[in-house]
Amino acid sequence: MTGKTPTRNKAKENIGMEKATNFKGTLRRLIKYLASYKLALIVVFILTILSNIFTVIGPKVMGLVTTKLLDGIRLKAEGTGSINFGYIRNILLILGGMYLLSAVFSYLQRYLMTGVTQKVIYTLRKEVDEKLSKLPLKYYDENQVGDILSRVTNDVDKISTALQQTVPQLITSVVTIVGVLVMMLSISLSLSIITVLVIPLSFLATKRIAKLSQKYFIIQSNSLGKLNAHIEEMYSGHNIVKAFGMEDKSKEEFDETNETLYKSSYRAEFISGLIRPIMTLVDNLAYIAVAVLGGFLVLKQRISIGDVQAFTQYSKEFTQPIVRSADIINTIQATIASAERVFAILDEDEIFEITREEANLDRVKGRVEFKNVCFSYNKDEKLIEDMNILVEPGDTVAIVGPTGAGKTTLVNLLMRFYDIDSGQIIIDGVDVSNVTRQSLRKVFGMVLQDTWLFKGSIEDNIGYGKEDASLSEVEMASKIAQSDFFIKTLQDGYTTVLEEDADNISQGQKQLLTIARAIISNPPIMILDEATSSVDTRTEVLIQKAMKKVMEGRTSFVIAHRLSTIKNADLILVMKDGKIIEQGNHINLMKAQGFYYDLYNSQFAA
Amino acid sequence: MEFYLPNLMAKIVNNGIITGNQAYILSMGFRMLIVSILAGISMVIISYHSSRASIGFSKDIRQDIFGHITKFSIGEFHDLGTSSLITRTTNDVNQIEMVFLMFLRMMIRAPFMLVGGLIMAINKNAKLSLVLAVSMPILLAIIYIAGKKGIPMFKIVQEKIDGLNLVLREKLTGVRVIRAFSREDYEEVRFDNRNQELSGANLKVDRLIQSLFPIINLVLNFTIVGVLWFGSEQVDMGNMEVGDIMAFIQYVMMIMFSLIMFSAIFIIVPRAVASADRIVEIMNIDPTILVDNSGEEIEQIESIVFKDVGFKYPEAEEKVLSDLNFSVDKGQTLAIIGGTGSGKTTLINLIPRFYDITSGEILINGKELRKYNLKEIRGRIGFVPQKAVLFSGDIKSNLKVGKRDASLEEMERAARISQAEEFINTLENKYDSLVAQGGKNFSGGQKQRLTIARALIRDSDVFIFDDSFSALDFKTDAKLRKALKEEVSDAIKIIVAQRVSSIMDADKILVLNKGKIAGLGRHKELMDSCEVYREIVESQAMEGE
Repeated sequence: MTGKTPTRNKAKENIGMEKATNFKGTLRRLIKYLASYKLALIVVFILTILSNIFTVIGPKVMGLVTTKLLDGIRLKAEGTGSINFGYIRNILLILGGMYLLSAVFSYLQRYLMTGVTQKVIYTLRKEVDEKLSKLPLKYYDENQVGDILSRVTNDVDKISTALQQTVPQLITSVVTIVGVLVMMLSISLSLSIITVLVIPLSFLATKRIAKLSQKYFIIQSNSLGKLNAHIEEMYSGHNIVKAFGMEDKSKEEFDETNETLYKSSYRAEFISGLIRPIMTLVDNLAYIAVAVLGGFLVLKQRISIGDVQAFTQYSKEFTQPIVRSADIINTIQATIASAERVFAILDEDEIFEITREEANLDRVKGRVEFKNVCFSYNKDEKLIEDMNILVEPGDTVAIVGPTGAGKTTLVNLLMRFYDIDSGQIIIDGVDVSNVTRQSLRKVFGMVLQDTWLFKGSIEDNIGYGKEDASLSEVEMASKIAQSDFFIKTLQDGYTTVLEEDADNISQGQKQLLTIARAIISNPPIMILDEATSSVDTRTEVLIQKAMKKVMEGRTSFVIAHRLSTIKNADLILVMKDGKIIEQGNHINLMKAQGFYYDLYNSQFAA
Repeated sequence: MEFYLPNLMAKIVNNGIITGNQAYILSMGFRMLIVSILAGISMVIISYHSSRASIGFSKDIRQDIFGHITKFSIGEFHDLGTSSLITRTTNDVNQIEMVFLMFLRMMIRAPFMLVGGLIMAINKNAKLSLVLAVSMPILLAIIYIAGKKGIPMFKIVQEKIDGLNLVLREKLTGVRVIRAFSREDYEEVRFDNRNQELSGANLKVDRLIQSLFPIINLVLNFTIVGVLWFGSEQVDMGNMEVGDIMAFIQYVMMIMFSLIMFSAIFIIVPRAVASADRIVEIMNIDPTILVDNSGEEIEQIESIVFKDVGFKYPEAEEKVLSDLNFSVDKGQTLAIIGGTGSGKTTLINLIPRFYDITSGEILINGKELRKYNLKEIRGRIGFVPQKAVLFSGDIKSNLKVGKRDASLEEMERAARISQAEEFINTLENKYDSLVAQGGKNFSGGQKQRLTIARALIRDSDVFIFDDSFSALDFKTDAKLRKALKEEVSDAIKIIVAQRVSSIMDADKILVLNKGKIAGLGRHKELMDSCEVYREIVESQAMEGE
C-alpha cells in the first residue's frame, strides 16, 4: 500500500509559495460556493464595516477628551473656569458605547462567518467524496492515496482558514485604510501627507526583504524535504542499513543535508525577521514626525492637542493593514492553489453510466462469454486483442502466468473496473454494457490478495457483503469460510473490533474473513486470488478448504498458484506481459508444449 | 527603549506644546529619532541571534536524535515503531524549533514590556495604575477560561480529523472491494457522518476562539476609557499632566499586549513540551547492541554452529526459539521452513546479531560470535530481507549499497545471477534507471531480484535469504537457484522459504515448528521421518507429482 507518507506531504506543504495556474477562474469558482450564503455574507460585510467604523472613529473621540482637558487646565490656570467633567463623562460614555457596539458587531460577524465557512467546507468535502465514487478505477490506479488524502484534508483546511480569517481581514483592512485616511485628512492635510509618504518606504523595504529571503526559503524547503525523505527511508529500511553497515554513510548524508538546512533556515528566518524592526523603525519615524510637526501645528493653533494624540494612533493603524497586505496576498495565493487542487478532483472525468437498464441479471447461472474483446490501459499499447472465451455455468477458469503478467487485468474487465475498447462481454446472454455496473457487480463475489478490511467489528466486516445481514447469516458464512473457529477464540468473538489495517489479526485470518464476506453475498460467479505466500501452512489448508467450498456450484475465475487448482480447471488462461497467450485445459496445453508447458516443468527443474 | 518614546512624547506635550517652546519640541523630536534608531538596531541584533540560536538548536537536536536512532538495533526499531521514530525526528523537532523561535522572539520581549510598562505606568501615576489592577486580572481570567475550554475542544477536533482521514483512507485503498460489493452509498453515509462530526467540532472551537478577539479588544478599550476618566481627575487634582495621560495609554497597551503574548506562549508551549517529551524518551533508550570497532578481526566465515541456542524477546514471556542445534559449513545450503510464527526470521536475524541470543552459543569458525568485530561480521554477510526495500536513487546506487566501489562488471554479474539482468536491460537507462522511494516503480518480483543482486555483489561468505523468492514465479525461482548454486558455490547459503519447491535440493533442511527444530535433514529423509514437513509438503499439493 502506498500513501503512508505524511512527512513527505508536510515537506511539500512547506514550499508554500505555490501559484495557481488559473487564478481568476478558481477564485470565481470558490466564490460560487459562497453565493448560496449571500444574505449571511452581506450581513457579515455590513457588520465588519460597522465594527470597524467605530474603531476608526475612536481615537478622534478620545482626542476630544484630551483637548477639553487641556482647555480646562488653561481656564483653571487663568482662573476663569475649571475642567468640564460633565462633558468629558458624556464623551467617555459615548466612546465606551461605541467600543461595546464594535465588539458586539465584531462578535456577530465572526459568529456568522464561522458558520458559513463550516457549511461551505462541509459541502466541499462532501462533493469531493461523492465525486470519488464516480471516478473510474483508472483514477485510483494513477493517483497516490496520500496525495488525494492531502487534498481532502490539508487543502480543504487551508481554504477553511482563509475563508474564516482572510476574508474579514481583507474587509477590515480596506475599511481601516479608507476610514483612517478620511479621519486623518479631516484633522490635518500636512500630517496626513507625512504619514502616507511613509507607506511606499515600508512597502519597498518589505518587498526587498521578502525577495531576499525567498531564495533561502526555497533552499530551506528543499533541504527539509530531502532530509525528511532521508529519515523516512533510512528508518524504514533500518534492517538493510544494519545488514550492509550503512550507518556511517547514512549519518554523513544526514549531517550534510542538515547543515544546508541550518544555513538556509537561519538566513531565511533572520532576513524575514528584519521586516519587523524595519517596520517598527518606519512606524516610529512617522510617529516622531507627527509628534514634532503636530506640536508646531498646535502652537500655531491650527489643530488641537487631542487631534495630535488621535493622529499618533491613526498613523499606527494606517500602516498596519498595509504591512499585513503582503501576508494576505500570500495567503490568498496559497489558498487559490489549494482550491485548484481540490477542484481538479471535481473536474475529473466521471464514469459514464447508463440510466435505464435494457436487461436484467437477476437470475444468472454463470455463463460468461468474451466476444472479440479488445482492451488497453493506454492507447499506445494494445494489451488484449480479439479475445474469445466461453465459460459454462459452474466452470473453473484458472488464470496463470509469471509475476507482473497482468492477471488482474481480467478481473478489471469482468467487474467493469475498466471498460473494454471493443467487443462484448456477455453473461447469461446479457451484454454487460446494457446493465449498470452496480447490477453487474452483484453477480460477482471477489476475494483479492489485498485483504482490505475496515476498522469496525468482525460482524460488520463480514456483513459488508450483504446489506442488512443478520448475525446468524454472518456466522453461517463464517463457518463455510472456516473462519468461525478462530473468531470464537477471540475474546469478543464476532464483536471484536478490527484495528486500522486489521493489524490485530494475522494475514491468513484476514484472508478467511474476506472469503466469508464474499460468501455472504452469495453470488453466482466468483473471482478468487489464490496467492498465499505470507500465510502459514495450517491456515493455508483452511483457506484452501474455504476456497474449494466457495467454488462449489459456481462459475469461478481463479488467479491460480496451486497446481491442484490449475490441473482441475476447466479452462486455463495463460498470461504473459498483459496478454493471454494460450488457453485450454491442462492436457491440451501440455500437448501444445508452449509457454505453459515450460512454466509447468520449471516447477520441477531444480 | 520603546518605553522611552511615549515619555518623550509626553514631554513634548507638557513642556513644548503647552508652554509654546518650539526649540524644545525639536530637540525632543531629535532624541526620539536617536532612540528609535537604537531600538531598531538592537532588534536586528536580537533577531539575528534568536534565529541562529533556535535554528542551531533544532539542528543539533536533529543531528543527535538521528545519530542516536541510527545506532538502535532492530529490537528498538521494532519496539518503538518506525513511523513513530520518523515523526519524532521530523515533526517533533520542527515543533520545538518553531516554539523556540517564537519563544526567543516574544518571550524575551514580553516580560520586559510587562515589567517595563508597569514600572513606567506606576512611575507616572501610581493611583491611575489601579485601573490596571482591575483590567489585568479580567484579561487573564478570560484567557484562562478560553484555554481551559478550548484545549479539550482542540483535542476533539484532532480526533475527528483522524476519524475522517481513516474513513477516507479506507475508502481509497479499498475502492475495488467497495465497488465489487456495490457499497458506494453506504460508504458515502459513513463519510458524511464523519464529515458532519468534524464540521460540528470545528464550529464549536472556532466560535470560541473567534469570540476571544472582540472580548479582549473590549477589555483593552474599556481600560483606555478608564484611564481617560480617572486620568482627567488626576489632572484636575494636579497630580499629573495631560501629556502623561497619552503616555500612560501607550504603557497600558504595552502591558496588555505583553499579557496576550504570554498567554499565546502558554498555548503553544504545552505542544512543544509534548514533543520534547517524545524526543527525550528516545534519547534515554540505549541501543542494546552497539556496532563499533572492538572485537576480534575475521578473515572469512567458514562455519556457523548453533549450540543450544535460545532466544526470548525482551519483555516477552515465552521463548521464541529454544534448543536450536545445527551447523552449516562453507559451500553448503541450509534451508529453513516452517509456518508463520515458527521463528524463521528471528533465527536468521541472530546471525548478523540484529538480536543477541539469550541462551546457548553461536560459534563462528569455532569461536563465539560476540567476540568478533560486529562490523566485520556484518560485512561478510549478504542479507536479503523478507520485505524488498530499495532506496531512492538509481539501480546503480542501490547495488552500491552492497559494495561501495562496485564496478559495472560486478553489477552485471550480480544482476545475472539474481535474474535481474533481463528486465534491467529492457529499461531505457539500464543501470542508471531511477528508483523511486521504496522502489515503487518496480514490481514486487523485480524489487526482490534487485535486493538479491544487492546482496550478491558483496562477495560474502554467507548469504541469507529471508523468504526472498516469494514474489518470483516458479520459473524464475528455479533459474535463480540454479545460478546461485553455480556461481556462489563456496559460500554458506541460508534460505528461508514457504515454498517447498524452492528448498527441495538443499543440503540441509531445517523444519521449524513453534521455535523448535522439528526436523533436520534432506528432503527425502524428512519425508520419511518428519510429520510436520510432510504436512507442509502435502498442503502444497506436491505429493506424487
